[in-house]
Amino acid sequence: MLDASRQPEPLVRVEGLKMHFPIYTGLFRSHTGDVKAVDGVSFDILPGETLGLVGESGCGKSTVGRALLRLYEPTAGRVIIDGEDVAHLSAEKLRQKRPTMQMVFQDPQASLNPRMTLAGIIGEPLDEHTSMSRAEKTQRIYELMDQVGLNRRFANRYPHEFSGGQRQRIGIARALALNPKFIVCDEPIAALDVSIQAQVVNLLEDLQERLGLTYLFISHDLSMVRHLADRVAVMYLGRIAELSPSKDLYSRPLHPYAEALLSAVNEPDPELAARRNRIILKGDVPSPANPPQGCNFCTRCPRVFDLCRQVKPDLQEVEPGRFVACHLFSDKTTAGTTGVPEARIEHNQQGASK
Amino acid sequence: MLTYVLRRLFIAIPTLLLISVVIFFLVDLAPGSPASEIPLTVPPEVRAKILESLGVNAPFHVRYLLWLKQFFWVEPMYAIDYLFGTDYAQGAQRIISYSSRSPVFNIIIERLPQTLTVIGTAYAVAILIALPIGIYSAYRQYSWVDQLGTFVSMVGYSVPTFFTGVVLIVIFAVKLQWFPSIYDTTLRITDWGSLWKQIHQMILPVAVLGLYNAAEISRYTRSSMLENLSQDYVRTARAKGMSERVVVLKHVARNSMIPVVTIIALGLPGVFGGAIVTEQVFKINGIGAALIGAIHANDLPMVQTITFITAILIVTFNLIADILYGVLDPRIRYD
Repeated sequence: MLDASRQPEPLVRVEGLKMHFPIYTGLFRSHTGDVKAVDGVSFDILPGETLGLVGESGCGKSTVGRALLRLYEPTAGRVIIDGEDVAHLSAEKLRQKRPTMQMVFQDPQASLNPRMTLAGIIGEPLDEHTSMSRAEKTQRIYELMDQVGLNRRFANRYPHEFSGGQRQRIGIARALALNPKFIVCDEPIAALDVSIQAQVVNLLEDLQERLGLTYLFISHDLSMVRHLADRVAVMYLGRIAELSPSKDLYSRPLHPYAEALLSAVNEPDPELAARRNRIILKGDVPSPANPPQGCNFCTRCPRVFDLCRQVKPDLQEVEPGRFVACHLFSDKTTAGTTGVPEARIEHNQQGASK
Repeated sequence: MLTYVLRRLFIAIPTLLLISVVIFFLVDLAPGSPASEIPLTVPPEVRAKILESLGVNAPFHVRYLLWLKQFFWVEPMYAIDYLFGTDYAQGAQRIISYSSRSPVFNIIIERLPQTLTVIGTAYAVAILIALPIGIYSAYRQYSWVDQLGTFVSMVGYSVPTFFTGVVLIVIFAVKLQWFPSIYDTTLRITDWGSLWKQIHQMILPVAVLGLYNAAEISRYTRSSMLENLSQDYVRTARAKGMSERVVVLKHVARNSMIPVVTIIALGLPGVFGGAIVTEQVFKINGIGAALIGAIHANDLPMVQTITFITAILIVTFNLIADILYGVLDPRIRYD
């Protein structure tokens, strides 16, 4: 399936995305370092596909999502969405591009303007990007509310009058208003009750089927991602550790970090749970302001060896469709083609973008 | 909402009564006597008669209750009579100023236009300056505009008006001779020339008070904007593809205005009460000047009445601020 799906042009192509937040310290606020929240991430998302993005808190998953839609200004890299490099569009072009790419936010309470009614929130993008008449807009707002399962009577209510699940539906309706192709779901279910989580996830799946949407699904809920995603990228400290089809990743993770992370998934069957081989990592995640010189995971990796502490492994295809950034697998290809060229590629990208 | 307002008004009654007792008592206990204004050449028995006629000798509670009745019953009657040409008051005793022997409310009505023009204009100017500065300096935090705004606000807020007033007079009235140092209350606006003269003489006092008020309002606006700019819904608005203008002015500014409007409403009693110091500095014949004059002359009814009116205004605008809060913020419901 994956070999066949190599053929269509990806809807989203991310190349060497870096998002560094500068640190200013001292009396004169001098630039003394960077928090490398995202440090060279590359992946493709095919049309109609759901790519899961998992990792522990603070690994940079949300930053990837925001930098992708240029809610942050990426430090380096290219983000090609539907044929245009979003990372380098001018402000006005970017604004016109926004309808194709939307985001569903984590906190449905904080992400809705408390002073706008539901109709205002959903309808605002229509004012900005379309020339619909008033009646058409109202019709579209009702249509969207139907799509996400909100009662039409609620149109003139304010966000604080809704429950968490309903608010997330408002957030989804808002994201859908302009018929986007690509939606970044930034932990859309993290702030919801378990009973509501399933509803929202099912809604997202439904909408994908009906509208042919492409998702980047960011979550730390591994079982939800397994259910929803076609492929999954595991992030650790600003870099992708493994990017594999969901089924393969969950049945046989390759990267030691992916292995450790997935061993934390809850097992409903108590007998299996008792026999489950739980890998518990020691130590803390290093600071993204000062990542280790070699592999980012070398400080906690149970299978670390010398090379790991010196050279950062690159993400490379070790099995068909499976990409891993780990020296344990790098002997399968020649080191020369993968070890060095990162800097060169980056240089070319910047040259090309000008 | 209506029940809330009625309840608040109901609670305001004992509050105001208590304030009136305190004001009346404090002013009464203050050293000095209305007799001190009577020249020493007046014979003692005449002096005693004058004091008798002022009603000074009556016991405290009698004078207080009489004043209360005059304030809440007689004076409104006169106001109604004046407005509708009726005769409900039927010549009842009004609150009379000790020093001028004319009704206190007449003096207040005479003085009010001066205070409202100068101090009202200053307040309006302050709001018009402060809001853009506050919004912009929050939007471009730590830019030079923000740094300058912070510096000017700090100066405006920490330097007292009697100092800025005198400094401006020294620079612009004495050295440069651009503006008059004294505000001419008798000026009547009849044509363009006199209008220009009026604006001309208002510039200095308006600048002094405007700077002071703008400093406070712009700081509130800035901090409120900063708080809202970092909220998630701002990111949502950007993700919707709204232009920066819409994001800042529609989403952020409107949400940030909630506390700012409250601050502005709470500052409004000051406009009516007059800015005592600034009116003194520029010799504006407003309410503040009347209050200072009355204090000097031990004119107790005048002091009590003006202070109490200020207290009523403060209570009222507190209520208005609370109501505005509920109107502006849909999350707040008064039930």
